[in-house]
Amino acid sequence: MIELRRLSIRSGAFQLSDLELQVPAGGYGVLMGSTGSGKTTLLEGICGLRKVVAGRVLLDGLDVTHWSVGSRGVGYVPQDAGLFPTLSVHEHLAFGLELRRVTPREIRQRVEEVAEALGISDLLGRTPRHLSGGEAKRVAIGRAIAFHPRLLLLDEPLAALDEDHRLRLIELLKTIHQSEQVTTLHVTHYSEEAAALGEHFFRLVDGRIVAGEGPDGS
Amino acid sequence: MTADSSLTRSSSPQAEPSGGGQRPPFRTGSDWPFFLTSGAVGGGYVLLLLALLAADIASTSLEDLTTALAKPEILFAVRMTLVSCTLAALLSLWVAVPLAYLLERFTFRGRGFLDAVLDIPVVLPPLVLGLSLLILFHLPLGGTTLEALVQRWLGLQVTYAPVAVVLAQFVVAAAFAIHSMRLTFARIDPRPEAIAMTLGCRRSQAFWRVAFPQAWRGMIAAFSIAWARSLGEFGPILVFAGATRMKTEVLSTTVFLELSVGRLEAAVAVSLLMVMAAVIVLGVVRLVGGRVAG
Repeated sequence: MIELRRLSIRSGAFQLSDLELQVPAGGYGVLMGSTGSGKTTLLEGICGLRKVVAGRVLLDGLDVTHWSVGSRGVGYVPQDAGLFPTLSVHEHLAFGLELRRVTPREIRQRVEEVAEALGISDLLGRTPRHLSGGEAKRVAIGRAIAFHPRLLLLDEPLAALDEDHRLRLIELLKTIHQSEQVTTLHVTHYSEEAAALGEHFFRLVDGRIVAGEGPDGS
Repeated sequence: MTADSSLTRSSSPQAEPSGGGQRPPFRTGSDWPFFLTSGAVGGGYVLLLLALLAADIASTSLEDLTTALAKPEILFAVRMTLVSCTLAALLSLWVAVPLAYLLERFTFRGRGFLDAVLDIPVVLPPLVLGLSLLILFHLPLGGTTLEALVQRWLGLQVTYAPVAVVLAQFVVAAAFAIHSMRLTFARIDPRPEAIAMTLGCRRSQAFWRVAFPQAWRGMIAAFSIAWARSLGEFGPILVFAGATRMKTEVLSTTVFLELSVGRLEAAVAVSLLMVMAAVIVLGVVRLVGGRVAG
């Protein structure tokens, strides 16, 4: 579960104020907003990559507002995938698990499980430069979910993909969400994407979050 | 439209404005004067550099080179140069990697001041730098000196000893290595490091696991630049380490010593050795420098 209580985040001259949002445990929240409305800033604030000016971030009931970035247990998929250029796909999926000192056997099992779920088992030996845009997105998703995060944050995961890849990734995200049961906050500005995936809808307007019943903001 | 066709069209007559039958068709001028002027100005300098190398080669022979290399003091200088330049370059890299990373990735109070301080070795006259080192090690500090303290704690003589050669080379070379590493880290996207932190990394782990493996080409380039700078260092070495044969003599001081006793052919032969070493380093930098960010 994620809950934002009167959260304010500043990024240079830009500020988001008094943000309120709640996605129940295992729920799929979709946050919509136009380009430049501060969606990425909000996700980075939840991760701890941007400084919170006021308010609180609660994950599974724990106040993580002032926790270090790495302690929060948030799987973040940035818009540009943000893969590590020198690591293989296998090393990407194992990254968070190795940091948590999971045994090599469990790491191998989990990597195989995630790779199979995302259809990237045949890519495990490749480095990012040998991946297509769609493959890179799937690797980024795999890296974010492999270590069983408390929360999954997806920043425009379908951006810059063609229609065919978008539809396939939407189906994949549905399957992953069902199997992993991880609380998810998905940011997008496409209403079709929101309608296909979302259970809880929010809209970021003029630096504030408005909760809605559907992807159109109603 | 291809680039060629667009170039052709840009110099071809364009449509005349309607009703303007009296005006001649518009034509752009030729680009040749620009290229000729630029080529002449820049080409003159390139020719000067090539002429310098040609003059060195023409003024010496293989015999001069072998005779020079047969002298024990010159052989000592070659060994001393190889060891001191390598040590100075390694020390420079050791300082440059963390400092360049901090300066490129973070904004903090005093960053501008730090930037200015790091430029001191680049802008300070070499002799002044050597003199400053000499003064620093012999400045009275509560009844003792830094030189005496190093001797007492480490059992090392610094001034007018081989250690001074390395230190004099390092002080200048490190500034260039830092500059080179800053360019490397500036080209490496900081985003994956932030993502690594969300996955559970501390800042140091993100550096070692994500940024550092991408920086190895830049590190080779920085090492090579620091090595080449150390090779060419003369002023600070002369003042701080002296030019004592078989003790603190490196190739740059050999050229000076051979010239001072009138042995021009030996000085030129040693100069050519240094040119060859510099060309090799330049080759390494060109080879890896173009692909710094990997």
